[in-house]
Amino acid sequence: MISANLSAIFYLVSGVLFILALRGLSSPETSRQGNLFGILGMVIAITVTFLSTGNFSTGFIFVLIFILLGGSIGAFIAYRIPMTAMPELVAGFHSLVGLAAVFVAISAFINPEAFNLGTPGNIKLGSLIEMSIGAAVGAITFSGSIIAFLKLQGIMSGSPILFKGQHPLNAIILISIIVLIYLLCSTQSSNLFWILLAVSFLIGFLLIIPIGGADMPVVISMLNSYSGWAAAGIGFTLENTALIITGALVGSSGAILSYIMCKGMNRSFFNVILGGFGATEDIASTTTKEQRPVKSGNADDAAFLMKNASSVIIVPGYGMAVAQAQHALREMVDTLKKNDIKVSYAIHPVAGRMPGHMNVLLAEANVPYDEVFELEEINNDFANADVAFVIGANDVTNPVAKTDPQSPIYGMPVLDVEKCKSVLFVKRSLSPGYAGIDNDLFYKENTLMLFADAKKMTEDITKNL
Amino acid sequence: MEIDPLIFRLSIFILSIFVGYYVVWSVTPSLHTPLMSVTNAISSVIIVGAIIAGLSGNSDSVFNTSSIFGFLAIALAAINIFGGFLVTQRMLAMYKKKKKDK
Repeated sequence: MISANLSAIFYLVSGVLFILALRGLSSPETSRQGNLFGILGMVIAITVTFLSTGNFSTGFIFVLIFILLGGSIGAFIAYRIPMTAMPELVAGFHSLVGLAAVFVAISAFINPEAFNLGTPGNIKLGSLIEMSIGAAVGAITFSGSIIAFLKLQGIMSGSPILFKGQHPLNAIILISIIVLIYLLCSTQSSNLFWILLAVSFLIGFLLIIPIGGADMPVVISMLNSYSGWAAAGIGFTLENTALIITGALVGSSGAILSYIMCKGMNRSFFNVILGGFGATEDIASTTTKEQRPVKSGNADDAAFLMKNASSVIIVPGYGMAVAQAQHALREMVDTLKKNDIKVSYAIHPVAGRMPGHMNVLLAEANVPYDEVFELEEINNDFANADVAFVIGANDVTNPVAKTDPQSPIYGMPVLDVEKCKSVLFVKRSLSPGYAGIDNDLFYKENTLMLFADAKKMTEDITKNL
Repeated sequence: MEIDPLIFRLSIFILSIFVGYYVVWSVTPSLHTPLMSVTNAISSVIIVGAIIAGLSGNSDSVFNTSSIFGFLAIALAAINIFGGFLVTQRMLAMYKKKKKDK
């Protein structure tokens, strides 16, 4: 058994290692080392916990069994999961953090002696407040992430679920959570603790159902942030520095990602959270109903255009992930490069269903990361490029965002695809994208629509090159 | 008058938020997905609480209500720790630079 002071120092060390783990992600070269720091931090935290309890009886064996059980499930998932399913995986993992926080809080509430928090029915006030906040946020994270997971998996429809009185209801529930925490702390009643958990599960569910599929990047980031705050709440209860530091890191990380995602859509955080982007759909689709002529082509035309180009910019979007077209795309690009054509990739911040989704898919297909550029880095290059190849993206290329103040996406930063000499647009149909608005790009003089499945079309083009 | 230890923890918390803020802004956008999976893994350090809860039973009965919740939390957190770090490792291994000679 080691002293409380020594273990506190080790927890601090593991907290610092977690900071270094995030710091490593500032560039791909240092990132792998950063991940090792993270693993080391975790090993230290777990070992120190064992040493400080000094309990190596039967219970210890069971702890190891459960670690191995969970660990092998986790490792199995980590190796088997396809990269396209990363958003679902992350949402699923968030729900587990949330649920673990809830379980730890329940355990501490039932048996506070084990945590030095007082006796049942007489828990230290400060600890009880921290514990109930941790439990409530954990429960919200859990049920919210489950909904996000179901929506991303397609088990639940990605369209927003709205009903009358939704926002007042949510507001009442949120206020009741605060009241419940207050009452719980003044009465120490275990019934109130269970009611608090139930209500928190409910609000997590209600908060996420009105949010649509394409807003998932914000939702996932937000739940990431929540899982951090839940961990921090439990960290205060357990007086554990590693947990407090980590909670704060994860909490702010998720918050920053949500902010970046909201900025990528030019929408306020509250606008996204209150949900129902689909509500604007009716107005938008009726105003642009008239049929306009489009030029459509086949793989042969596309190959001809690209062969004669000297530079091509690829714009991938969620459709590429759905069609699993990243490998076919890279093969096409390889062929282009053999013909001395310069190729780069342009990634919009909200392309895909989670932050950085497209980058991971391209990396999976062995695309070197120094050919992949962010919106600000590459947007000026479209004017000098010969061909823009839009694969599975839609709203993020819509010039309407720059020209029509009436449009729901007005002001959203978009890729200046229309400035290219010619635009190839791979899409299954002319149907509008998630925002429910028509893309002006389809009808431009220099746009050639390629109506096909993204993967098949890319393969066909490669054959024709 | 002595300062409540809570104040120290609060200080650590607030300062860590600032550290997190600056560190996360320096993360390159192309690594935002690994960032999410690694934050997932490290937030599962909540397992330390779960271990304490799991070991709360006495020598006669390893399992009581409190320790069962502890064991469940251990398993959940372990899924996240192994899953999170390994999937991050797997993703990061894919980020390669352009080969110079071709």
